[in-house]
Amino acid sequence: MHGVVNWAVHFFMLDEGPLIWLSDFLIICASLGILAVLTKFRLWKWLWDEWLTTVDHKKIGIMYMIAAILMLFRGGTDGLLMRAQLAWPNMHFLNADHYDQIFTTHGTIMILFMAMPAIIGFFNVAVPLQIGCRDVAFPYLNAISFWLFFFAALLFNLSFVVGGSPDGGWTSYPPYVENQFDPGPGENYYLVALSITGIGTIATGINFLVTILRMRAPGMTFMRLPMFTWSVFVTSVIILFAFPVLAVALALLLIDRDFGSHFFTVDGGGAPMQYVNLFWFWGHPEVYIVILPAFGIFSEVISTFSHKRIFGYSAMVVSMVAIAILSFITWVHHFFTMGAGPGVNSFFGVSTMAIAIPTGVKVFNWLFTMHKGRIEFKTAMLWAIGFIPNFLIGGLTGVMLAVPPADYQYHNSYFLIAHFHYVLIGGTVFGVFAGLYYWWPKMFGVLLNEKLGRWHFWTFMIGFNVCFFPQFFLGFMGMTRRMYTYPAGYGWGVVNLISTIGAFLMGVGFIILVYNILWSARYGERDVTGDPWDGRTLEWATTSPAPHYNFAIIPTVKGRDAWWLMKQNGESINGPKGVPFRPIHMPNNSGRPFIMSLFFFILGAGFVFQWWILAIIGFVGVLVCMAQRSFEYDDSHYIPVEEIEKTEAAAGRL
Amino acid sequence: MEAKEHKFHREEGFPWKHILGLFLSLLLTAIAFWLALATHQPPALVITIIVILGVGQLLVQLYMFMHFTESDDRAWQVPALYFGLFIVFCVVGGSIWIMTFKSIVA
Ligand code: HEM
Ligand SMILES: [Cu+2]
Repeated sequence: MHGVVNWAVHFFMLDEGPLIWLSDFLIICASLGILAVLTKFRLWKWLWDEWLTTVDHKKIGIMYMIAAILMLFRGGTDGLLMRAQLAWPNMHFLNADHYDQIFTTHGTIMILFMAMPAIIGFFNVAVPLQIGCRDVAFPYLNAISFWLFFFAALLFNLSFVVGGSPDGGWTSYPPYVENQFDPGPGENYYLVALSITGIGTIATGINFLVTILRMRAPGMTFMRLPMFTWSVFVTSVIILFAFPVLAVALALLLIDRDFGSHFFTVDGGGAPMQYVNLFWFWGHPEVYIVILPAFGIFSEVISTFSHKRIFGYSAMVVSMVAIAILSFITWVHHFFTMGAGPGVNSFFGVSTMAIAIPTGVKVFNWLFTMHKGRIEFKTAMLWAIGFIPNFLIGGLTGVMLAVPPADYQYHNSYFLIAHFHYVLIGGTVFGVFAGLYYWWPKMFGVLLNEKLGRWHFWTFMIGFNVCFFPQFFLGFMGMTRRMYTYPAGYGWGVVNLISTIGAFLMGVGFIILVYNILWSARYGERDVTGDPWDGRTLEWATTSPAPHYNFAIIPTVKGRDAWWLMKQNGESINGPKGVPFRPIHMPNNSGRPFIMSLFFFILGAGFVFQWWILAIIGFVGVLVCMAQRSFEYDDSHYIPVEEIEKTEAAAGRL
Repeated sequence: MEAKEHKFHREEGFPWKHILGLFLSLLLTAIAFWLALATHQPPALVITIIVILGVGQLLVQLYMFMHFTESDDRAWQVPALYFGLFIVFCVVGGSIWIMTFKSIVA
C-alpha cells in the first residue's frame, strides 16, 4: 500500500512543489467547470453532433484556431515564466531543471501545437471557399488530422503534471536525450506526441494538395488561384516531403529509448549527429511551412486593403516555388559548428543566402501593391504593414547567421534567439493575427472590434520589439541560449530587464485580443453582407458564415480576383437568374475520427510509459476503426433542393 | 461533391491489389528486420540488401497503393515523382556528403 502511494505521489509529481499543485488545482477546476457548463446547459449532444463528429472544413478550421489560441496562451505563459526568471542576475524563481523543461515545452508547443494548427486552421477556413468548392477532397481524413493533432497536444501538455516534461530542447538532440542521460517518460512524451501529430499533418498536406489540384471551380486555372491558396499549395508539397523525415528521426530515437537500439547513442556504433542531420532536414522546411501561408495571408490582406490587385502575381508564384525548392537544400545552416568541413559549410551558406532573393522579390511586390493604392488601415492591414520591418530585421540577421565563420561566433547565443523570434513572431504570429482579423467575420459572422484591435496591435508590436531587439546585443555580449541564470557583472542585467518588460507588454496585447474576442461575440458588429472588406476572392461571395454546402451552384471563374470581377460585372455568385438548384452531395458526419484518435492517444500513452498492454489496446482500437471504415459504404447524403432554396432565400440570393 | 463534378471513381470488385500490397510491404519489412537482428552477415552486405528491399518497398507503394500508373485528367504524379527523386537525392546524397567528415575526424 505504502509503495503504491509513493509511486502515485511521484507519478503525479506531487513531490515537485507548489507550482505543480497550483497547476493541478487549475486543471481540475477548469475541467470540472467545463463539465458543469456542458451538463447544466445540456450541451453534450450539441457538442457531439455539431463539433466532435463534424467533417465540415469550416468547423474543423474553427476548432484548429481555438486550439491554436489556447496553445499560444500555454506557450506564452512558458515564455513569460522564462523572462521572469531571466529579468535580473542570480534569480532563483525557477531552478535549472524547471527552466530546461519550460524552454523545451515552450519551443515545441509554439512550433508544433501553436503555429502548425493556426496555419492549418486557415487552410481549412479559406481554401475550399477560395477555390469555389464544397469541402476538401477527403473530409473524413481531415477530421482525423484534426483529432490526431488534438490528442497529441493533450498528451504533450499532460507531461507537465504527469510524469514530468521533456527537457532536451525542442530540437531534442541525442546523446543527451538517450535513456542513459535522460531517463523517465518526459522525452518519450515529446517523441510520441510529435509522431502522432505528424501523421495528422502529413494527411493534411495530402488533403490540400489533392483539393487544390482536383477540386477547383471551373475556370479557376492555376494562374487565377488566390495568393493564399497558392501558398497553401506550395506549403502542402513541402509538408508532404519534409514531415516523413521527421517521422523517421523520431521513430528511430523512440526505438533507441524504448527498445535499446543504438541508432543515435554514443556507444554501440550509434551516430548522434545523424539525428541532428535528419532533424534539420525537416526543421528548415518546417520554418517555411509556417511562414509561407503567412505570406499568403499578407498578400490577400494587402491587396484587399489597398483596393488593388496584387502586384507581380507571377513573380510571387515563381518566388514561392523557388523558396520551396531552396528550403530543402539549406538545412546545414543549423549546425555549421558541427564542423562538416569548408566545402559543406560554404555550399549551405550560399544556398541559404540565395533564399533572400525570392523573399526580397515578395517584399517588393507587397510594397508595390500598396504603392498608389487606396490604403485602408484596418487592423488586419496594420499587422501586414508591421510585419514588413520586423521580417526585414529577422531576414537580415538570418543572412548574417548564414555566413559560416560568423556563425561560429553567434551560434546558440541570444543573437539567434532574437533572430528566430523576429521571423516566427514578426512573420508567422503577425500573419496569424492578420488572418484572424481578416477572416473572423467569415468564421463567425461577427467583426472583431477595430479599436481594441489597434490596441492589440500597438501593445504587441511595441512589446515584441522591446522584448527581442535588445537580445541581439545580449548575444553580442556573450549570453548563450538555454541559460537559466547568470551572474552579475557582465552588464546583462539591465538589458534583460528591458527585454522582460517587453515580454509582459506582449502578454498585455494577448489579453486585449482575448477581451476583443469576448467583447465582439456579445456586442460586435454583425457581418450581414458576407463581404465586409469589399473583398476580391470567392470566400467573400457567400454568407458569413458560409452555408453548410458553401456554394449553392459552383461558380464559374473568369479571371483573377474572381469575386471582384463578378462585382464589377454585376453578376451573382449563383450565376444567371433562374438556373435551377440540384441536390447537393455531402459527406456524412462521423464519430470515428475522434474515437480512433482517442485510441492513438492510448497507444501513445503506452509508448510513453512503456506499458505495453495499454499500447496493444490502443493499437487494436486503431485497427478496428480502420477496418470499420473500410466496410462503410453509406458515407454521404444529399441536401434536398427545398433546403437549399430556403437557405439561399434567407441569404437574399434568390 | 457531385458525382459528375469531380472525377474520382470507386474501385470495382475485391481490392486484391491493396491486400497483396499490404502483405508484400509487411514481408519486405520483416525480411529487413530479420537480416538486421537474426543473421550475422557483414554489415556492408546487410545494408546493401536493405537498400534493395527499400527500393522494392517504394515500388510496392507506388503501384499497389498510389495507383501510380492511372490517370484520367493530367498525370500530376509525374512531376511529383521528379520532385520526390530530387528530395531523395538531397536526403541521401546530402547526408552522405555531410557525414563523411566523421570518417575524416575519426
Ligand atoms: C510571448 C512571446 C514569447 C516570449 C516571451 C518568448 C521567450 C522565449 C524565451 C525566453 C526562450 C528561451 C531562451 C533560452 O533560454 O534559450 C524562447 C525559446 C524559444 N522560443 Fe520563444 N518566446 C515567445 C514566443 C515564441 C513564439 C511565438 C515561437 C514560435 C512560433 C517561439 C519559439 C521558440 C523556440 C523554438 C525556442 C527555442 C526553445 C529551445 O531552446 O529548445 N517563441 N522563447
Ligand atoms: Cu533553417
